[in-house]
Amino acid sequence: MERKTKINAEDGKQDLVITREFDLPLELLFKAYEEPEIVEQWMGTKVLKLENKKHGSYQFETTDPMGNKHGFNGTIHAFVPNQKITRTFEMENSPFAVQLEFLEFEQLTDDTSKLTMHVIYKSGTLRDQMLKLPFAQGINMAHNRIQDILNKLK
Amino acid sequence: MKSRRDVFQAIADPTRRAILTLLAVQALTPGAVADNFNSSRQTISKHIQILTECELLQQEQNGREIYYLINAKKMKEVADFIEPFRKMWDERFNKLEAIMKKYSLVPVRTGKSKK
Repeated sequence: MERKTKINAEDGKQDLVITREFDLPLELLFKAYEEPEIVEQWMGTKVLKLENKKHGSYQFETTDPMGNKHGFNGTIHAFVPNQKITRTFEMENSPFAVQLEFLEFEQLTDDTSKLTMHVIYKSGTLRDQMLKLPFAQGINMAHNRIQDILNKLK
Repeated sequence: MKSRRDVFQAIADPTRRAILTLLAVQALTPGAVADNFNSSRQTISKHIQILTECELLQQEQNGREIYYLINAKKMKEVADFIEPFRKMWDERFNKLEAIMKKYSLVPVRTGKSKK
């Protein structure tokens, strides 16, 4: 399987770049970021608020396998359809500082498009901690799945 | 140098990365490594020492000479550091793509249609 999603995180820096090419026309790719019902589907989160405009804000809420709710929010600094979204991202009730995200949408061909996501963290250390997060969560999730299976066997 | 060094700090240095690249191809003595650089042997030897402390390099005694080679296991560990994060985004984007492909079957405004 080809690696479609690439992450470029240079050592010692406080930012990273995520790039991905899609077999989708640019308009459809952007729509996936614009429509709350669609965002909910692919992000696996509840969208409480999504104001797609400059000075707008958004609020997401995710429920983990343990039933705990996690809030995420941010402010939208730029919103140019089919071109870019500039926004902040913050995990509520976490020690992680707010991060700045520059999303750029590009048309490659009529049927393909590219997303470049440039994320800036408060510090290099914080970036590395955020990078390690899915790894820690992955271990947790696996653990929960085992727990689920065991509970069913009871 | 008692404190354990941070492996990511170790590979942040361009000279040390160059040394790793060199030793990925073949095991070499510190002298042979130094021949590839303009820096003094002492400087290169210091870099090798740091990489060894981080377990990115391992030593191999061959007669009177000590050869250094890459510790593949440790290198893989370092490379995999970002992998779960990448995978998380890859899965999200795969989902996005699948959802939007279904969407494309429904007529959408493409901007090409008449206004």
